Amino acid sequence: MTESAQDGEYDAWLDSIESDDGYYLECSNGHGWLPPRRVCPRCHDQDLSAVDLPESGEIASHTTITVPTPQFEDDAPYVTAIADFGPVSVTGLVRDVDPDDVTIGDVVGIDVGERVTTGDRAVVFRPR
Amino acid sequence: MSDPRIAGASVTQFGKHPERTGRDLFAEAGLEALSEAGIDPDDAEALYYGNFMGELAEHQGHQGPLMAEAIGLDVPATRVEAACASAGTAVREAVKTIRNGEAEVVVVGGAERMTNIGTAAATDALAIAADDLYEVRAGMTFPGAYALMARSYFDQYGGSHEDLAHVAVKNHEHALVNEHAQIQKEITVEDAMEAPTIASPLGLYDSCPITDGAAAAVLTTESYAEEHDLDAPVAITGTGQGGDNLALQDRPHLAQTPAADKAADEAYGDAGVGPDDVDFAEVHDCFTIAEVFAIESLGFYERGEGISAARNGETTRDGDRPINLSGGLKAKGHPVGATGVAQLATVAWLLDGSHPRADAVPDSTVGVAHNAGGTVASTTVHVMEVRE
Ligand SMILES: [Zn+2]
Repeated sequence: MTESAQDGEYDAWLDSIESDDGYYLECSNGHGWLPPRRVCPRCHDQDLSAVDLPESGEIASHTTITVPTPQFEDDAPYVTAIADFGPVSVTGLVRDVDPDDVTIGDVVGIDVGERVTTGDRAVVFRPR
Repeated sequence: MSDPRIAGASVTQFGKHPERTGRDLFAEAGLEALSEAGIDPDDAEALYYGNFMGELAEHQGHQGPLMAEAIGLDVPATRVEAACASAGTAVREAVKTIRNGEAEVVVVGGAERMTNIGTAAATDALAIAADDLYEVRAGMTFPGAYALMARSYFDQYGGSHEDLAHVAVKNHEHALVNEHAQIQKEITVEDAMEAPTIASPLGLYDSCPITDGAAAAVLTTESYAEEHDLDAPVAITGTGQGGDNLALQDRPHLAQTPAADKAADEAYGDAGVGPDDVDFAEVHDCFTIAEVFAIESLGFYERGEGISAARNGETTRDGDRPINLSGGLKAKGHPVGATGVAQLATVAWLLDGSHPRADAVPDSTVGVAHNAGGTVASTTVHVMEVRE
């Protein structure tokens, strides 16, 4: 992955998270999505605008993964969670907390970190 | 419009056959289904074939014509890919082709070779059914995705890992007489609870195994079956398919499977039946929690109530509506691209009385097959009925 081309708007979005300038795309009816999106899959609206991502979200669900893919071999065990940021939810790795202490409803901030096994960038959540 | 009849069906032994090529697995199932059907192979007019990870496991794309050739057919052959719902989706294509009057005899099947690449590479291959940018890169595995859904279910509706253990115990028990099953071993709730965790809250016994295998069925019209005096009492009377956002993060609910709701509504409407008419079902229990989602989406249980069905004995073979009499994916095994057709075959055999668990559903007339892809972003539901 490190040698290959960038993934357009996805990597640009990661850059924005990394520089504390995170955003999501919102349609006229308030549905939130992450890029790349040209249309809201819920209401077909194509008028999507970039809106600041809230500074903190809440863990909606989480799992501690002990049987990883080879790309996460040295990361395991690790916590993958979906965090709810209001109109948009994001999937990421939970860091800086004992996996046994992660709970639904925990408030987290979003950042970009490194995957242990490959050094690739990944979305990470940390308790706030 | 004629509802397709199932003239013959076959499944290979599901299990670890790392040395067997996909084409050999499919040839066994396909040839046996044709012979079982008693149909002149020259009458076959199309093949729809399900396969998910052929490129990764066997470095083999373009499997449609390869698999037609493997069963001795020179017909238009189309591979269908919808992750774990590949074969169910292939069935739907075959049903539509026959109903449209475009063919009188269609072969449908699927195969998957998985164990040859080992557990780590198979885990990697299965993960690509998820959203690569937003899920796989955040460490999501296939069990991990269902673990997120299971935890959300417990949080919203209640239930526990022990309830899921009862699903595993039930499906293992059902598979004890199924000679095609990968696992024929009775387990206890304690065994399931004490098994190593793979993605919390799910443990080893919440997960289906990694499986090599194939399945095939021959579908034909009612008039062809009559003309050729075929023994084909089971018809596919309803077909439905639904979709959802690919990534869990983009769905309004983590503990519901609306793609399956949509597929079930369509299939029931198509067949003119309702959930109360269904005698039994084969559902997509790639993980124990997935069986819970399935029986709720099929309308057998209200949201939040499917979790206790196995524990209460309602879905066991002596229960009111047995679920996964084959042992399900959990014990029978899950050769991904073959599963939907293996379910179809099981339902047909339960309805015509030839399945070893048919004694659990005597006089049954309506069975359902529910086949789900990924985290249920694709689902097919087929209703099958006895039509003498
Ligand atoms: Zn919208």
